[in-house]
Parts: sequence; C-alpha cells; structure tokens
Amino acid sequence: MAGDNQAMPRIVAAQMLAPDAKQFRIEAPKIARRHRAGQFVIVRVTPDGERIPLTIAASDAEAGTITLVVQAVGKTTMVMNDLDVGDEILDLAGPLGTPSEVDDFGTVVIVGGGVGTAVAYPVAVALREAGNRIIAVIGARNRSQLLFEHELAALPAEVHVCTDDGSYGRAGLVTDALQDVLAAESIDRVFAAGPIPMMKAVAEVTRAAGVTTIASLNPIMIDGTGMCGGCRVSVGGHNRFACLDGPEFDAHEVDFDLLASRNRAYLEGEAARRRELHPCEVTVQVGGGEST
Amino acid sequence: MSELSRRERMKREPVSMPERPAGERAADFDEVNLGYSFDQAVAEAERCLLCARPTCVQGCPVSVDIVEFVHRVSNADLAGAAEVIAADNSLPAVCGRVCPQETQCEGACVLAKKGKAIHIGNLERFVADVARAEGWATTSDPAPSGRRVAVVGSGPAGIACAGDLVGMGHEVTVFEALHELGGVLAYGIPEFRLPKAIVEAEIDRLRQRGVHFETNAVIGMVDTVDDLLTTEGYDAVFLGVGAGFPRFLDVPGENLVGVYSASEFLTRVNLMRAYVAGSDTPLIEVEGRSVVVFGAGNTAMDAARTAVRLGADPVTIAYRRTREEMPARAEEVAHAEAEGVVLETLVAPVELLGNEAGRLVGLRLQRMELGEPGDDGRRRPEPIPGEVLEVTVDVAIIAIGNGPNPLLLRATPDLDRSERGTIAVDSDTGSTSKPGVYAGGDIVTGGATVILAMGAGRRAARAIDDYLGTDQAP
Repeated sequence: MAGDNQAMPRIVAAQMLAPDAKQFRIEAPKIARRHRAGQFVIVRVTPDGERIPLTIAASDAEAGTITLVVQAVGKTTMVMNDLDVGDEILDLAGPLGTPSEVDDFGTVVIVGGGVGTAVAYPVAVALREAGNRIIAVIGARNRSQLLFEHELAALPAEVHVCTDDGSYGRAGLVTDALQDVLAAESIDRVFAAGPIPMMKAVAEVTRAAGVTTIASLNPIMIDGTGMCGGCRVSVGGHNRFACLDGPEFDAHEVDFDLLASRNRAYLEGEAARRRELHPCEVTVQVGGGEST
Repeated sequence: MSELSRRERMKREPVSMPERPAGERAADFDEVNLGYSFDQAVAEAERCLLCARPTCVQGCPVSVDIVEFVHRVSNADLAGAAEVIAADNSLPAVCGRVCPQETQCEGACVLAKKGKAIHIGNLERFVADVARAEGWATTSDPAPSGRRVAVVGSGPAGIACAGDLVGMGHEVTVFEALHELGGVLAYGIPEFRLPKAIVEAEIDRLRQRGVHFETNAVIGMVDTVDDLLTTEGYDAVFLGVGAGFPRFLDVPGENLVGVYSASEFLTRVNLMRAYVAGSDTPLIEVEGRSVVVFGAGNTAMDAARTAVRLGADPVTIAYRRTREEMPARAEEVAHAEAEGVVLETLVAPVELLGNEAGRLVGLRLQRMELGEPGDDGRRRPEPIPGEVLEVTVDVAIIAIGNGPNPLLLRATPDLDRSERGTIAVDSDTGSTSKPGVYAGGDIVTGGATVILAMGAGRRAARAIDDYLGTDQAP
C-alpha cells in the first residue's frame, strides 16, 4: 500500500551513454538538496519489482534533480532502461548511505571500471572541489562502453583510458595504468568503483604501494536502511552493513571474495528472468546491487 | 438473552478458535485461524463473569473496556461492542490476531486459573472483522486544532499514535521509509497469521479520518527530525521507527550464501512477495531442502512456518534453551509443531559450514544443558563439553532479535539514548530529550510486541496533545 497523493518522481531527461548504459535525470528535489557524494537511492520500477540500490551520479539542488546511470544487467535495470522522458519512477527513496570522506588529501587517483565510473564521478567532483588534484584512470570493455571521460577531463583531471580490446586508449586493465601512475609520482589516495575483480586488483596494487584506498561496494540490498542485513560485507574481519556504514570502505580491509560470492547468490534465477525479457541474450554478468 | 447464573457460566467449556487443518494450511499462505461464527462468539461471550473489578482490563496494555465489549457481544450488540473497543484500540483486527493474550488480558482473567480464560482475543477479532465487513463508522473526530504532528514510522506504534492524534483534532502525517505502509505488520508478520488486507483496511480507516501517509520517506536522510520541526512546519514529532537492525550469531560462516536474518527472509517473502510467481525478488530455493531457524521467539516461528509453506523439508527450530523458555506465544509454537516444524532444543551454533562456492551446506552445533539462573532469572544454557554435532542444512535463518536501527539515531545526535542504545524517554509520556519529540515502540523498548508498541503510541499521543495544548509548543 503506497502513500497518498505523492507526486511520483518524473524523468526529465534520458540518454544512452553506452550501448547498455542509460543516464536519467529525475525530479527529486528533496533528495537533490540532501545528496552528498557517495550516497545512493533505492529504486523500484514495477509493482512486482525488486528494490535495487543505484548510486547518485550527480545532483542539482537548484533544478531539484538527481542523475542516475543505469547499466542493464538484471531484470530491474533492463525495465528501467526502457523508461524515457516523462515516465515516472514508482518508488525512489534516499539519499542513503554514508557520504564519501571528502578532504584536501593532495593528489587522488580515481579508478572507474565500466558503469563504476558513474559511481566514482561524483566523488571525483567533490574531491576536486575540496582542492585535490585528480588523476582519473577509467576503463571499459571497448570504446563505446566508456563513461564520463569528458566530464572528468573538464574537472579538470588528468584522464588515463584503458579498454579491454584496445579500441581506445591503452589496451589492458586499469590496474596496469594505475601501476604506472603510482610509479611515476607520489599519490595520496586512491578511490575505486567498478566490477569486484577490478576493485580487488586495485586494492592489491595500492596495498603494495602503501596508498590508502577506498572502494565503493555494490552488494545486493533490499531495504537499504539497515533493516535486513542482506548487504553485510566483511571489513577488517568485522561485519558491516553497506547500506548504513558504506557503501564506501577501506579497500585494503574488504573481503572481496566474500562480496563476489554473495552477489552470485541468485544468478541462476536472474538468468531465467533475463531470458524471459530478452530471449536472445543469455550471458549474465555480476552487476551492482541487483540480484544478478 | 436468558441470564445465565454464575455457576452455569463457569461450567461452560471455552469455545476454541476454529482453524484450518495443519496439513492443508501448511501448503499455502492463507490465514490459519478462521475466526468465530456469530453463535460461537455469543457462546464464548456468555461465559464472561462480568467481574465488577475486572483483572483482564488491567492486563491490557491499552486498557480496552473488555467486560463492557464482551457483555455487548453476549447481547448480540456487535456495533456497540465495536464502539467500545474502538475507544481504546485503533487496530483491533490486528491485535485480536497477534497479541500475546495469554500473558495479558486472558492471563489476568479470573477463569485462567482453571484453564478456562475467556478467549478475549478471539472475541476482539470477531467484533473487528464484523465491523470492518459492515463498514461501521465508529469514531467522529473533533474540530481541527490547527496543530500538525509528524509520525515517523507506519508500524503499530505510529498507527496507534496517529489514530489517537487525529481523534484529538490534530493534522497528522505518517512517514514510512519503505514503499508499503504497516511497518512490521507489512514486512514481518506473515500473511497466514495477519492477512495484509486487514492491515490495509485499518490504514484505510485512518486515511478516511484524514491521516496523510507518505511512503519512501527515510526520515533522518531526506528530512531530519529538526527539519520536520522547522522548515516542514510540524508542531511535534513522534518517532516509532521500530527496532529494525538484525542481530547475527557472531560465529564463523554466517555470511555464507544461504544464511539469512529473519528480517531479510521475511521481508523477501512478505513485503517483496518472493513466493508469488512474477515477483522479481528472488529467494534461495528452499523447496524440498532443509531449513534451520535459530531462535524461538514469534519471529522465529513466523520464519519456520513460512519456510514450511515454501515447501522446505525438514524445517527445524534450533534453540539453546528448552521449550519452556521459548519466548514465542504458546499458540505460535503449537501451530509450528502441528505444521511439521521440528523443535531442536538445547543446541547452540558453533559454526556454519560452507562449500568452495561459499554456499551453506552444514552446521556445527554444541549440545547445551541448563545451568544456574542468570540475571534475568532464567536458567542459563551452558555447553556440555565435547558434545558437538554436525548436520547438513541448505538454508539457515537467524531469528535472535533486533537492536535499535542506527539510521535515525545517527542523524539525530541530540536525542538521548538508553544504555541499550534505544531512545531514552519518560515512560509515562514518551517524551525524549528533544522538546516536542516523542518516541515509543521497539525503538524505545527493543524488540517487543505489537500491542506494547501501540500502548506506547497512545500514551505519546496523549502527551503530545497536552504539549500542543500548552504554550510549551512553538
């Protein structure tokens, strides 16, 4: 049973950023006013739908809008990416989570992989505004999948691009580029958001270099308010709820293997649901927060 | 009605609640208890001795005038009975179903000593269900006071508080963090014990009386309590946000796939309807698999009985004390057993065992025995050295209680806390350390019952009404 006469959040702008990633600007004045970098919203798009967490990529308090970047990975994100300007979001709650720690650290490397770059972007903006010099190392499978390159460059930030297939920038993994950056100069902090194997690899590289590293984690959530404990992650050997204490944690303390295994809990069922929606696609990748 | 003598009343046998056969009900989510017929209700009501100094009313946390309503039922005056109940209880159809009557009104009934207490809960449920079906208007609210109150949380405490406040003429908005209203009544208590339609009807009744509801409103994150009192223009705030912060066992392996908190398991099933074809929220397959529930409170019974309905087999309640110490209502334990739930007592988990893929496959359990009484007077379970057993299991559900959810507390640092981390209040009024801010329910007491939360909501409503009527309010 929903509330009364509540205006449902309306999509005021929508555009494809990559073949399977869509950017939405959504009217949500209160969330826009409160949002701080690193926070997320819980979204539900159909009456039988799942609640999924999506990081707020940007907000405009004056215009009263928030920006979400959605990669179609599971059923909910696929349905969401069929929405367009003028459509309404059934349920939108937030901002949730603990905001990023923002300070003038010095030189910060922002590592973004795939749609994780949209998660890292607002943190880069906030850190730049706090006076940091920003180096962005961003990667994607190929050139068409690359996000926020120009927005990051405009901060300004020094941007290093990597693609798996070498279709743009350097061929290879972001960790290769990161290693070069760490070898070339003194870095004060690293921030990583992307696929779990990428974040784990970044943590290994920076652990060796002794650079503090923060990762934005993407566990499966339901309520997003600390009520169910489904998003629990192990940090420094202790259980933490990503929805309340995170989603950002010290990457050197995170048990990424556990996170990866918990995010695979519902893979079989999700593959079946995807086939119902898009019978031709059968591949499943582990995405953020959704029960993929 | 022919007047029965006291002797005749005492001789009569209680009318038991008709329920669906265990074998049938364990296969679906429809309600287990069927409710009294008119004749059954009158027969049960006629047994009441109509005590001049009724102990049952003292046993009721919201002091329903039980003798009067039962008397009216015995006279077939159901509309009158509904009016009497409505004066003190804004959720009678819910309370008739989920209150622990055996430790409250029925436990205090003078006939309880003979094991023949009046089934007050069954009668309350009957009256409320008839009232709902007949659409009886039972309240007329006074002229608007011009005062606005924000109620945070749409669970039992918030609903009871909202119902009383609107009855005092105040304008009330209820804020709910989730997408559905009802709090624990929606996400926690399963359909077969408390049908969602009942909760919806109770909330609709409040809506008709002018209470405004807002969903997806996470107070503390979107508006703070201070925002509500300033920019949002509310004169007072009631916090009834519940104790939604699940406790875990703190043993190795509890992050394995296949290990749920009871809150997560029940939320997936009740709120997100994971059991309905077409729901996008998944649940680890339990059909034909073994499920173990840790804990023995009402939530543990709810989780176990839900697992039974999803086809799990066997379903076991693992509890470190004995059946006598189980905190669940006697009826819930009996229902669970009748539906095939196995009660495995005097065991405590030592470790949850997984396979290479990180999935739960087994448990290591420690055999316990009861030792000396602890601080709470209950005999403390102690491990029997060397007696450790291993069992295979597919899904484990941890139902050992909830702590105070830190979300609102962190966002409101000037709110005083108790030693247990709950909100500290004046127990008579529910007033907190912040002027104009009141609290009640599980966020004050820690995990308790629906009716205690409602009682706290009602006490706070009276105190808020006093506060708004004086010049303390801005």
